[in-house]
Parts: sequence; structure tokens; C-alpha cells
Amino acid sequence: MSDAVERVSIVISKGSLEGVYPGLIMANGARAEGIDANLFFTFFGLDAISKRRYRHLKVATVGNPGLHLPSLLGSLPGVSAVLTSYFTRKMNKLDIPPIPEFLEMISDTGAGLYGCKASCDLFGLTEDDLLDQVKDIITVGEFYGISAGGEIIFT
Amino acid sequence: MPTATYAAHEIAVDDEGFFTDPSQWTEQLAPEIARAAGLGELNERQWRVVRFMRAQYEQTGAGPSVRALAKASGIPIKELYELFPKGPAKLAARIAGIPKPRGCI
Repeated sequence: MSDAVERVSIVISKGSLEGVYPGLIMANGARAEGIDANLFFTFFGLDAISKRRYRHLKVATVGNPGLHLPSLLGSLPGVSAVLTSYFTRKMNKLDIPPIPEFLEMISDTGAGLYGCKASCDLFGLTEDDLLDQVKDIITVGEFYGISAGGEIIFT
Repeated sequence: MPTATYAAHEIAVDDEGFFTDPSQWTEQLAPEIARAAGLGELNERQWRVVRFMRAQYEQTGAGPSVRALAKASGIPIKELYELFPKGPAKLAARIAGIPKPRGCI
């Protein structure tokens, strides 16, 4: 078992619903396996931990070929909201929690949530703008320090 | 197939130490499995989780994942991780002699 994964650091760099969920699921799943986990939110991924935005993440309906929806249709007002509520309902049936509850749950598992300093500077965000569960705003260097000895996953 | 010896009983287990035949389990084995898993003496709260996992398995044929365990038992996720830092559902299932819970959430 010496090559078992013991720590993962997951970077979430996108702010769409489908950009944020995979990283959260992987971090939560890591903790369930007894693996240490850290989440690092960078660039638009910061929306997931920003008090103003985290309740309003949406499915990207433009430039998302996996949806099999013509981008022209996806650009119409309301389409993103409709699809977001469709996916949210489906996930609810599978007992996948909504983003706010999920973040709280992950924090309760002991995983660390961190904001990226460069991105916070870029968007003018301070710790007061981020969820209470966020431990700190850290630099890339500090992120590598926290990640030492583990796997780094970029999403 | 690997085996483990708990309280002088030879038990068939999988690669991760989970019982492959849950009917081989008795409560007397639990403290030894916990020790082998690096947990030390089981306290009352940990026992509650282990018995709950076992009961869920007997009712449904599978042990719950952490989220379902917290919901069904009423024990908050935070406390579950305090009781079993190396994965509550996974460790409690191993100690309860049931298969590893499957589930991504």
C-alpha cells in the first residue's frame, strides 16, 4: 500500500456549475477514503467561495459541446437558468447536495478551502468577501507548500 | 484470498481488510479490528457508529456512505470525522465486518 494516495490538492479554476462540482466531489471522496484533501479556488473558480456568487452558479450553455445544444440556443436569456435548475433537481434526486451545502460538508470533513491570492487581487476580493469556511487566501508558493508530498489535480 | 486473524478467528478479507463474508463477524471481533486499523480502544460514540453501520447493512444489504450515514444516524459529519479521521464510513464498515460502502458522495 506504499504507493497509495495520501494527500490531494485540487485546483478549481472554473466558475460554472459543471466546472465546480467535479473538484468538490473528488475532494469529498478523498476525505471519505481517509485521504487528506485541500481545495484551491483560482480565477473564476473563486465564484464558488465568494459570498456574493456561490449560491448562483450556473451551467455554461454556450461553448459547451457536451450539452449538445446549439450555442445560439444556449445564448438565449433564461436557458442557462432552466438547465441549471434541471441539473440541480436531478442531482438532488441522487442526494448530491447543492453547492452551498456541499462546501459546508467538505469543510466539516476537515478538508482545507483556500482562495488564490493573485485571483483575489485581480477581482478585488478580500477574506470578508469569501465564505467563513475558507481558511485563508494563499499564494501559489504557499499552495505548493500545502500540497507537498501529495497529488495535485487541476480542474 | 487474504485472511486476517481477530480474537483467534481466521477471517476471509479482501485486499483492504473488509470481511468478504459478513456472517463471520461478531461484536467481540470489533475491538481487535479497530486496533488493527490503528484506532485504539473504541469509545461509546464510535461503537454507536459501528453498530449503526452493521444494522444498516443488515436492513439494506449495503453500508451507507458518509453523507447517508450522517443523515440516517443524526451524527454530524464533523463528529464522524473526529471519531474516524481516516474515513468514517470506510473504517466503521471495516470494523462492523461489512463490505466497503460504495458511493461517490
